[in-house]
Amino acid sequence: MIEVTNLSKSFGTKKVLDGISMTVRDGEIFGLLGPSGAGKTTLIRVLTGQLKFESGEASVMGADVRKLSGEDKKQFGIMMDDLGLYERLTAYQNLKVFTDIYGVSVDAIGKVLAEVKLDQDAKKEVSKFSKGMKERLRLARALVTHPKVLFLDEPTSGLDPQTAKEIHEIIRNRKEAGCIIFLTTHNMTEAEKLCDHLVLLNEGKIVESGSPRELCLRYDHQKRIEITTTDGEKEQLPFAGGAVERIEQVLKEGRLLTIHSQEPNLETVFMELTGRKLEA
Amino acid sequence: MREAKAILQKQMIDTRKNRAVLIQFILFPLITIVMSNAVNIQDMPEHFYLKLFSVMYLAMAPISSMSAIISEEKEKGTLRALMMSNVSPVSYLLGVGIYDLAACMLGATLMSRICGMNGEEWRYYLALMAIGFLISIFLGAAIGVLAKNQMAATSLQVPAMCILSFLPMIGQFNDTVAKVAKYFYTEQFYQLLNNGIHGKMSTESMVILACNAIIVLGVFILAYKKRGLNRE
Repeated sequence: MIEVTNLSKSFGTKKVLDGISMTVRDGEIFGLLGPSGAGKTTLIRVLTGQLKFESGEASVMGADVRKLSGEDKKQFGIMMDDLGLYERLTAYQNLKVFTDIYGVSVDAIGKVLAEVKLDQDAKKEVSKFSKGMKERLRLARALVTHPKVLFLDEPTSGLDPQTAKEIHEIIRNRKEAGCIIFLTTHNMTEAEKLCDHLVLLNEGKIVESGSPRELCLRYDHQKRIEITTTDGEKEQLPFAGGAVERIEQVLKEGRLLTIHSQEPNLETVFMELTGRKLEA
Repeated sequence: MREAKAILQKQMIDTRKNRAVLIQFILFPLITIVMSNAVNIQDMPEHFYLKLFSVMYLAMAPISSMSAIISEEKEKGTLRALMMSNVSPVSYLLGVGIYDLAACMLGATLMSRICGMNGEEWRYYLALMAIGFLISIFLGAAIGVLAKNQMAATSLQVPAMCILSFLPMIGQFNDTVAKVAKYFYTEQFYQLLNNGIHGKMSTESMVILACNAIIVLGVFILAYKKRGLNRE
């Protein structure tokens, strides 16, 4: 479990995290959704003991993040863009550095490289890898020590849809294996697809939290249904405004092509709460 | 200790493919061997080139390689990855430092043996080189810690290396330079190498060497306190 209570962090006079409180349960994929500069990466750095903070409390698996021991850190797998790879070393050699450091069997390297689909490139120098391959290797490095908590900072940022899908699959598998996944993203589709619980972060403050579905339903003010008829005509029908009768009529005429409820997506919810776009 | 061993092993693999660092370990031994065998002037002191280039080797190779390794790791974010994997700064510096010392000692051993040095004199030479390498390694580490990236490290290491390596050589031809050069550890090592094992080490030499070692260690500690290995 990860617990954060009223945590604040500033860089100089700028407050980058302001009174953050949240709980991440075991076996959950927890998403921190927000635009660039919202404080997502800073929060990961705080939780992994890389950054000190001024006030509040934070613990990961019961350990105070201010006093993380070597054994505590062993439970973490961290994938961040600024945690570099050894470009002159092969994928296998890169992972071996870390299995040697942690005292993990080298057998884990082959398994994790197969998991991220880099087993065919194990002996290839990392400098020759594509961006997607490097991201998968970063993920492999986070996984190779069998962590109990995975911190993933924008794990699919800038990747092609196929690689992103593969990474999502790996993340889900680790969740099934009981791992806590703490991920940051500014991609609402990723957040919707992956996360059990979401926190929307803007300018260092939590603006809303809940499951992706809960959030969308909570901000469904319009409560409309959209129907498309066979002649391509689209109609927005309010729940309480004769929608049932109109749908019945179109059905009877045999002209109904599609019917969808019109709850907002996460982007719309975020816009409503902050006036900002997620991708900004 | 496991962490330091992992860093050491990583460095052994990495340097094989890192020409910029590799050349630092090979260049001076190679020049020494070539010059010693190719140029033979009458009445030239024994092991003239070996002693001359050894001083340049101990002033250049450890400083440039140590600072290059640390600053590259900082720039590329691999040092952060290591620190996040619970590698302590001491383990990291120990791993890189031991590697650097071993590589430099291998070069010194090869060049001295190929140049025909042996016996007691050879052991004395290696002992002196090891002490010199250690001082330079701490200086290189201080530069690596201070510099934010490789370019900044180069701008610090080049003047340091030039002063330390060229002053003893220029001092042979210019008395004024010699008066300044004697306050640097490289000049003292040059004198000690020239005097040989049976030469007497003056109190002044001992004091200058001790002061140099203390100053370099102090610079390293200050640099580490100011910047740390991976501070935000």
